[in-house]
Amino acid sequence: MALPNKPVGEIKAVRDPEVEEREVDILIVGGGMAACGAAFEVKKWMSDDQSVLLVDKAAMERSGAVAQGLSAINTFIGENTPEDYVRMVRNDLMGIVREDLIYDLGVHVDDTVYLFEEWGLPIWKQDEQGKTLDGKKGQRMGTLKEGAKPVRTGKWQAMINGESYKRIVAEAAKLALGEENILERVFIVDLLLDANVENQIAGAVGFSVRENKVYIIKCKTMMVACGGAVNIYQPRSVGEGKGRCWYPVWNSGSTYTMCMRVGAELTMMENRFTPSRFKDGYGPVGAWFLLFKAKAINGLGESYVASDAAKAELEKYAPYGTAAITPTCLRNHLMLFEMKEGRGPVMMDTVTALAELGKSMDKKELKHLESEAWEDFLDMTCGQANLWCATNTEPEKKNS
Amino acid sequence: MPSFVIQEKCDGCKGGDKTACMYICPNDLMVLDPNVMKAYNQEPDQCWECFSCVKICPTQAIEVRGYADFVPLGSSIMPMLGTEDVMWTCKFRNGMIKRFKFPIRTTPEGQANAYAEMKSQDIESNLLCTEEADGRSYRAPQELA
Repeated sequence: MALPNKPVGEIKAVRDPEVEEREVDILIVGGGMAACGAAFEVKKWMSDDQSVLLVDKAAMERSGAVAQGLSAINTFIGENTPEDYVRMVRNDLMGIVREDLIYDLGVHVDDTVYLFEEWGLPIWKQDEQGKTLDGKKGQRMGTLKEGAKPVRTGKWQAMINGESYKRIVAEAAKLALGEENILERVFIVDLLLDANVENQIAGAVGFSVRENKVYIIKCKTMMVACGGAVNIYQPRSVGEGKGRCWYPVWNSGSTYTMCMRVGAELTMMENRFTPSRFKDGYGPVGAWFLLFKAKAINGLGESYVASDAAKAELEKYAPYGTAAITPTCLRNHLMLFEMKEGRGPVMMDTVTALAELGKSMDKKELKHLESEAWEDFLDMTCGQANLWCATNTEPEKKNS
Repeated sequence: MPSFVIQEKCDGCKGGDKTACMYICPNDLMVLDPNVMKAYNQEPDQCWECFSCVKICPTQAIEVRGYADFVPLGSSIMPMLGTEDVMWTCKFRNGMIKRFKFPIRTTPEGQANAYAEMKSQDIESNLLCTEEADGRSYRAPQELA
């Protein structure tokens, strides 16, 4: 059940909290997008005499990385093939991959996108002339499942109006699982192994953040999806701005630590990088690069990715560096390379991008384009939008 | 920029069954002071500025201001959530105001189809429940990648 957040404010901690023991067949630790997916599926496959419990340290309605919303669906196979997807990811992660896992994701991901649309996520569509319709207007083109065309930015993304993405998915998950099988505001901190059977998961322990209660939950099988790990590297700010990071500040990495401590296998963690984002606000750059075709320029005003220096640097990482699509980690590397060579700072040339797009647009279309540029952040990184307001930055007039 | 509660507007969600901002904050930052029945953000430097509290507050008593160490004062962005759309009012530091409206949802609240009655058959099939219900079979690789 959703824990009662009755208006009693902060409760004083006591020395000996109540300990509640539970036993279920299936335990889902976490309440984010992955856990919601499991919650939607699990009861349909369980038999009636089996039990399940989902435990979220926050409230499912907004918990996890999608709290603010998300501006795009990053993987929709559509007219592509799962084999193409394997090739793309393999190149992007420089070959250190599990192709079977990538393939499996590619085979199933579209089904989840069809469900999101059915549940209420507004998905942009192309009209008969190939023009963009937003998620509301685009409904007249039918659903993606029926064959309507998404608005792509690059080969794999599909644009959405994603402010309520988590709310919509959590609603479906909660309805599918049942409130009685959900514990909110309980923070799982450690996993337990079976005392008799080696290497067998047996349960989890955690505590409520709303009442003086410790939980010991025994289970036969478990899925842990508590998000990623933030602040491994120090963010730009060490003052109040510590909370401004890309990926939410509350993703503490417990997925990895808890599972690692009980002997889980970690895979596909070898390719790691710190992605470049808009300075200070950490607004993501995906829509700017792919939808608005903005270029990153160095301190000399050059679009450095095409420069001879960049090409020479990328050759060191052939065949990945010399592939048609530069892997994300190497694109980041090039940015740092520019800065180390003294050619920083690196800015997104939003001015040129919007001017180029605006050339073929009338006034109404231009206004809509401006709206899309702001929506990219308002739907997913509100703080970046405010940073623009606070620094009087109109992206069509000033780069950032 | 962390969220802050405007004390004059907050009524502690009196009459409600829960304190809305305390219910929703993904980082558990909002807390009710029961002595004055007003909520506040107890750890602004851990605020991701996700606006969940701003959006859910029934009296619009919560706003967000920029992080004190690198955002100049004087701007504000405020969302107003409807059942289908969100309206954002963005005020620049120089006084300019921009308003944007975006869709947020195409179905009525509470009506996401959870297929709650569905019972799936073959757990060994490697299919998701709706894929099985559609009569699909698992797509094996058709070429080497």
